[in-house]
Amino acid sequence: MSRHTISVTVNGSAEYVDVPSNMTLLQMLREKLALTGTKNGCEAGECGACTVLLDGEPVNACMVLAVEVDGREVTTVEGLAHDGQLDVVQQAFVEEGGVQCGFCTPGMLISAHSLLDRNPHPTEEEIRQALVGNLCRCTGYTRIVRAVQKAARGRV
Amino acid sequence: MLARPGFPSFDYVRADTPAQVVRLLEEHGEAARLLMGGTDLLVRMRDGVIRPRLVVDVKHLPGMDDVVCAAQGDLTAGAAVTMNQLAAHPDVRARYPGLAEAARSVASYQLRNRATLGGNLCNGSPAADTGPAVLVLEGRMILYGNHAPSPVREVPAGEFFLGPGRTALQAGELMVGVRFPPPPAGSVGRYLKLGRNRAGDLAVVGVAVLGFPDDTAPSGYRFRIGLASVSPTVIRAWEAEEVLAEGPPGEATFVRAAEQAMEAARPIDDVRASAAYRAAMVRNLTLRGLRQVWERLCEI
Ligand SMILES: Cc1cc2nc3c(=O)[nH]c(=O)nc-3n(C[C@H](O)[C@H](O)[C@H](O)COP(=O)(O)OP(=O)(O)OC[C@H]3O[C@@H](n4cnc5c(N)ncnc54)[C@H](O)[C@@H]3O)c2cc1C
Ligand code: FES
Ligand code: FES
Repeated sequence: MSRHTISVTVNGSAEYVDVPSNMTLLQMLREKLALTGTKNGCEAGECGACTVLLDGEPVNACMVLAVEVDGREVTTVEGLAHDGQLDVVQQAFVEEGGVQCGFCTPGMLISAHSLLDRNPHPTEEEIRQALVGNLCRCTGYTRIVRAVQKAARGRV
Repeated sequence: MLARPGFPSFDYVRADTPAQVVRLLEEHGEAARLLMGGTDLLVRMRDGVIRPRLVVDVKHLPGMDDVVCAAQGDLTAGAAVTMNQLAAHPDVRARYPGLAEAARSVASYQLRNRATLGGNLCNGSPAADTGPAVLVLEGRMILYGNHAPSPVREVPAGEFFLGPGRTALQAGELMVGVRFPPPPAGSVGRYLKLGRNRAGDLAVVGVAVLGFPDDTAPSGYRFRIGLASVSPTVIRAWEAEEVLAEGPPGEATFVRAAEQAMEAARPIDDVRASAAYRAAMVRNLTLRGLRQVWERLCEI
């Protein structure tokens, strides 16, 4: 099997990683870079627990081969906070109780973050649409939607 | 712990030219598979349905993710244009709104950043959401292969889908794009999709409707209808289209056409829905689509 040495920027820092061709971006993040914030829920593109930003756009890391991200930029949930300060979306999730078991949370945060970047004032329907690919078994979504609404107000 | 066993081993090559892809396909035959967004391919590999020894990444070939409008009014979408790019493209939205709507109906936002138009069509699934839209727009698949005199041939969408997972792609060929002729003057297009939930799922039934004024039709209008998830391939509902061409346009004709569309469907029972439910939903969605398109046609 082919192996590839790739260069990738993860959460702002340059990484050189040796990956086999059958390794996913999700496995690379968790097993090679010890960034275990990104979760493995279904490995089938269904649940969104593995959502990360690839060149600024959300993707399911379980559906991307690590070798495909050579030369590109990845942001994981670990890259959202800065200088010990939670990002406004994270803070809003804490304040609104948008987290229960927390398994969906990293993916939710990335998707919500990306939504607010492209649409700073989403309607409730737009929030729900943007989070269709992020399943949560605990919260019933209501508090998550509220948290995103709060973050939207906080960002202005 | 992995939720699934993971991939068997394979080699990965990122292709730079279509000629290189054809060489690799000729050399490795069935053992080589083409990769775009991987949202169909990787799932099937992980489930062990296919075990390619070579995965050829074709999404970075020159022009593969371009949307180009030609002087004569054609629009060509590269095969690797993603669903999000298609859904957001101003020319696609303005001139082929049914296609934009179909692209937007696929899965989730993050999956649409990876899922491509070409992957959707080449996969040959009867549930492919862009299939009915491409059929009613009479798009032409641009296929690259080792043929003379030109390496490129075009296959009309109507001749492309042959069976579940089977298309007109020959061994050693790849799709490089889809060419859409100018939409008929004054046309209105829609794609209606019924999933098990409101979004993020494969279609239980998908219906594309395109309507436009046409003096050569007895009714003064023509409608084209494309169906997903109700036959071994995506299909046109030709008999329903004939009913609509005969007219007169309005509720009575639309009801008869919707019944005809239901007749054209050959649905199966599966985990998503029963055949009987699917058939009834073809009628309902076709009728709803016709009403909505007609309403817009009357406004123009
Ligand atoms: C969770 C989930 C939800 C989904 N929901 C939907 C949905 O709602 N609607 C829908 O229609 N689909 C859905 N799909 C299926 C899939 O996302 C789409 O069909 C997608 O458009 C496939 O594109 P891709 O680029 O990922 O294709 P890939 O997986 O890369 O390729 C698909 C097939 O085409 C072949 N191929 C790739 N490129 C070429 C080429 N250039 N020439 C010839 N053959 C080629 C591949 O070898 C493979 O067999 C879903 C999938 C998942 C995992
Ligand atoms: S783990 Fe990637 S979508 Fe579920
Ligand atoms: S908080 Fe448990 S899955 Fe969402």
